[in-house]
Order: sequence, then structure tokens, then C-alpha cells
Amino acid sequence: MPLASAHALVTALRVVAADLPADAALLGAIADWCERYSPFVALDPPHGLLLDITGASHLFGGEAAMLATVAKAFRAQGFLCFGAIAGTAAAARALARFANGTIAAPGDEAATIAPLPVAALDLEPKDTHALERAGLKTIGQVAARTRAELTARFGKEMVAKLERSLGRSEKPISPRRILPAYRAERRFAEPVLSQDFVAETIEGLAASLGAILEERGQGARLLEASFFRTDGAVRRIPVETARPLRDPAVIARLFRTRLDALHDPLDPGFGFDLICLSAVHAERLVPESVGLEARPDEEREIAFLIDRLAARFGAHRILSFQPQDTHIPEAAGIAVPAQHADATDLAWEAREPGEPPRRPLRMFARPEPIEAIAQVPDGPPVSFQWRRVRHRVTRVEGPERIAMEWWQQREHRPTRDYYRVEDDSGQRFWLYRDGLYGRRSEPDVPRWYVHGLFA
Amino acid sequence: MSLLLKNLEGVRQLLAPISGESRRAAPVALDRDRADAVLRGGIVPGALHEIFAGDAGAAAAGFTAALAQLVRGRKRLLWIRQDYAALEHGEIGPTGLAELGIDPSGLLMLRAADATDALRAAVDALSCVALGAVIAEIPGNPKILDLVASRRLVLAAQNRGVTAFLLRPGAQVEPSAAETRWLVRSAPCTDREDWGAPRFDAALTRNRRGETGRWLMEWSCDDGIFRTAPAAHPGTVAAAAVDRPAEAASARAERDWRCAG
Repeated sequence: MPLASAHALVTALRVVAADLPADAALLGAIADWCERYSPFVALDPPHGLLLDITGASHLFGGEAAMLATVAKAFRAQGFLCFGAIAGTAAAARALARFANGTIAAPGDEAATIAPLPVAALDLEPKDTHALERAGLKTIGQVAARTRAELTARFGKEMVAKLERSLGRSEKPISPRRILPAYRAERRFAEPVLSQDFVAETIEGLAASLGAILEERGQGARLLEASFFRTDGAVRRIPVETARPLRDPAVIARLFRTRLDALHDPLDPGFGFDLICLSAVHAERLVPESVGLEARPDEEREIAFLIDRLAARFGAHRILSFQPQDTHIPEAAGIAVPAQHADATDLAWEAREPGEPPRRPLRMFARPEPIEAIAQVPDGPPVSFQWRRVRHRVTRVEGPERIAMEWWQQREHRPTRDYYRVEDDSGQRFWLYRDGLYGRRSEPDVPRWYVHGLFA
Repeated sequence: MSLLLKNLEGVRQLLAPISGESRRAAPVALDRDRADAVLRGGIVPGALHEIFAGDAGAAAAGFTAALAQLVRGRKRLLWIRQDYAALEHGEIGPTGLAELGIDPSGLLMLRAADATDALRAAVDALSCVALGAVIAEIPGNPKILDLVASRRLVLAAQNRGVTAFLLRPGAQVEPSAAETRWLVRSAPCTDREDWGAPRFDAALTRNRRGETGRWLMEWSCDDGIFRTAPAAHPGTVAAAAVDRPAEAASARAERDWRCAG
């Protein structure tokens, strides 16, 4: 219907432009909220949600009671809601749209869905139209035709859709978020406001989650606490761990640390009515056999410290060093988040006994340009100015010529001549000259840099 | 009566960390020489040690890393740095650490946003007995690092026996509860020919257990111990009064460096 006709019919008509991104965001928020019913929530855009309630309905007093609860909750929030329960997603989808509130008994989808109009099959409009023109008004009538007939006229896809709607085949639906491996939750009759009670609840949930994990011989690598507010908002707080973990006391302490360190503290609004703790990622955790040499307690303590610091300051802030297979000095050792540091086969380059350090203790991420004066063009500097201070060089060791990795880089980078120099106050620097004299491939005027400071 | 005794014991245990009477581990030898004589055996584990930088170089950091290496044994080391310290003073070079004889795989680094975070993390980390030492690098003189904060570090260190090092580049000396305080700068190499081991002009300007002193110390990367270097060339820094009575040396050091507190 053109807008002008609509205006002519209803004079008080208010027109609002469709805001598809906002709709999608709202659907996402609703999907978050729906995780209180089942962890498996899938989007069915533009305005549908699919919940896999396998094994969840008994928590709400059976399928009928669950459907009523969900519908009531949506209506209370001001949404218009249609719902149905069936053995396959396609059947439930058709029933929700054309027979609100129906629950198809297991294996009974075909009979339940038969009286629905063909539009419920969600086919291409031209196919629906063609079916109706052929006099097939209900799904039952369509289902009665032979499949060969239907395939010849409408193609394989249509037949597959029909079979799914009849509950005879299934197409897997993908959940919106990764399904947690294990999950523990607690519901409250009265919304919870106090932070202390929240902490206490997390402790209790950690105990139950720990028990489940122990039973299965698993440990969590990624934990997530979800706080469901009565007004529908959901806040999720993840905590990563360096090793598989299931000790409830440790889990509770990590979350306490994390909650204390939040930049935008947990806002209970009108209160939480559901708090849930899930192990999103779990790994096998076997009780370690304690060797004579090993110090498992120490390793565990360190892992706990790393987790604690990561929970408080962020995983990217607690780092450990790993050697790299390269001779470029600044890349020879890199700092990686300690929680994700894997054991490597590479070893740190062994120092040469009796030799003083060849690499500086402190290295600048960006070498700092200096003004250097050298006696001969390709010789070591006699003096240089760095950070507005002039240093007179009294002692030089070098050069150590380091060519860049030409097989790695696209653009040419000049060769470096490194010198270890000591100034008259005893400070030791690691300088280099970028480029060589008299080579066509190198820059015309080589530049000098401070790359590091020796102890 | 027995109940009373039990209570007394409880009170004593409660007071132990406050009165500083907790059982202490034996000091760790620094150079098995002059410095150890003044320090009465060496660096005390489970205490707070402060290291101030006397120059803009990496000498103080190297000296601190060496002390931590001595104290930590085979345990891990946590180095807490602030974000901007990397820009100002450079990143920790793991290869450089390895060259000093300190295994970089035993090092954990925490990048704190500011001094408050760094101190908070240090106190938390000092409760982890699996750590051998904690180095907190706090440049400048932030307000948060006052006598109370340093006392808190001392208590945390005493509590579980993990040694704390407070590395203070570019900072003025101020009162603190530290066990020892060092002022470290690099010393020129005396050997005419060779590029020698790292050398420090280390002034011990505060020592709760005895006298102060000033020495030229050379870190032996191979053996992992300091050598009190021979003052072969008089004239520049080498004229430090290594052989004079400790009192005189400390007085000199105090005057030289204008240290307070």
C-alpha cells in the first residue's frame, strides 16, 4: 500500500522510518536476555529467535509452562510475542507464525502443521503463489503430493524446506554465541542488589561449577559470569586463566579481583534476578603426579598470580618473554601475554663465557636519532649528542655488522653497523649507523641512532 | 594459665610482622667481600631495598636486576614497569638480560598504567611465595609513593619472605621504610685494552643493620656474583674510599650525593 493511501485511510497515522540496525541491536539484546532460558539462542532475523530448549524445559515446569513464562515475560516488557515449540526449528518457526502457542508433541509435527497455510513454509513468494494457484492451500495438501512432482516443479530446496517443516529432516541451527562447556546458575525470587550478595553468589556458583568440572576431569580456561538484570540488560564478565582451573576458591577470588577492577562497575539497576557462571572453554585437567624434582605448587602459585594480575589489569599487561628465530636484535626476544605463552622449542642464545654483554639491558622500541661525529666516515663516533647532552666517547667496541632480513621484507632496509661505546662517565650505549658508505643500494648519508643502553 | 600462654603466643604472632621480629631468611652474599662485611652477610631477603639512579643510563636497572638474580635463586622474577617508562628509559631487552646471566624465561613483566597500579600490583605479588623477587620500577617521585606506601611494601615483603626491590630512576631521595638504599651510577672501565664486565659505582646510603659505604662493583655475568673492583686508577670516580673506615666513606657519600632521609 502506498503511503499516500495509508494517510488517506487513517488521518492520524504516524510514520517512522525503519531503523534496521537498531532493530538488529534490539534483537541481539533480547537474545542475550533469552539466555536465561537456554544457553542455546540463535537469531532468526529480522525479528525471530530460536531457542534450543532440549533438557531445559523441566526447569520451568514443562514445555507448556515454559512457553507461557516466556510469552508472559515478553508481554510484560511491552513486546508482541508469538511462540511455539516443536521438534525442529523450521516446524516451530511455522507454528509460531501461524498457530501461536502450539506445542507439537514429539514426532507429531507433520500432523500439527498440516492445517497451516502454505505461506507458513517460508518459500519464495512466487512459489507460494504458484502452490496457491494450483489449489494447494494447506501444508497438508502439499505434503500429500509426491516428492518427485514437487522437485520437478519447485526444485530441491523447496522440498528440503517442506521436509524440515514436517519434522522429517533437520538443518542444524548455529547458536549466537559459543555454547559454554559447563554452566552453573542461580535464580532469585527477589532481585538482588547488594554487591556482597553478588560476591557470595559467585562463590556458591564457583563451588557448583568446580564440582561439575571435577566430576568430568576438566578445568576451565575461560570463565564467564553473566548478570541478568530484571529490566532485561545482561552484563557479561569474562576471566581468562593461564592453566585449566577448577578450584572454587581461586575462581571466586579471580572474579572478586575482576569485579573490583572494572572501569564501569557492575550496575544492578533494579536488581539481578539471575546470575550464571559458565566455563566457556574447558580443557582436560588431570591430577598431576608429583615428581621429586618438580614443584607443582610453585607453578600453580605462579599461574594464579598471572591470572590475578590479568584479571585486574588486563591480559595484555602481564607478559613473559619468548625467544625468536631471528638475528635482528629488536626482534630476537618478544614479550607475549603470559596467559597465552606456549612452550617453545627455541632457546635463548647462550652467552659466551668470559665475554661482557653484547646486547643492551634496555632497548628502545624506536631507535633514537643522534648527531654523531666520527673521525673517518665509516669509523666509530668520537662524540655524539643524545637527548640534548653531548657524550665524549672514550671506549669503542665494534663494529658488529647486522644486515636486515632481505628475504622477509619488501622494501630495502639498510645494513646496520653496531658499536658498543662508553662515554667518559662510564655510561655504555649501543649505537648504530644506518647504511654503509660507498654502496649504491645504501642511503647516501648514513644516520646514527642510539638503540639501547648497557648496564 | 595455659590459655593465657596460648593467647600471649597469639599476640606475639600478630605483632611479629609489625615489630619486625618475624623469622628472617639468611642474607644472600653480594660479593663475599667488603660489601658483605658492611651489610653483615649481604642482601636480606624478605625486605624492601631501594635503588636510585645516579645517571640517566641503565646502570641502576642492571644493578637491580643483578641483586634480584642473587636473591631469587631458581624462582621467578616479576618486574613491574609503567607504560611510559618504556618510552623514556627503553624496554627491557630479554637478550640483554640473558647476556647478564639472567635467564629471561624466568622473568614476568607487568605493565602498569601508573604508579598506583604498580604499587598495588607489587603488594599483591609479594604475597606469592613462588616468586623469588619483585622489582617495582617507579620513575620520578609520585605522591602515592610515600612513607605509608613503602611501609606497606615492607610488611608485604616480610609477611611471605619475598624480596622487594624499588627501582627509582630519575627520582629524588626521600624518606622510606627500606632496609637498604643504594645510589648507583655506571663507572668507567679501568682496563685500557678490554671492554670489561658491567661496572657500577654503588653507594650504600642507608643500611638499617649497620654502616653505609661506597664501592666500585663489577657484575660477573658468568658466575652471577659481584666483584668489588680494584680501584686501580686514581683520579676520577675510582677515588672512592674503598679502604677507608666505613663511617668516613658513608659520610663522604652522603655529602657527595646530597642524600636525605
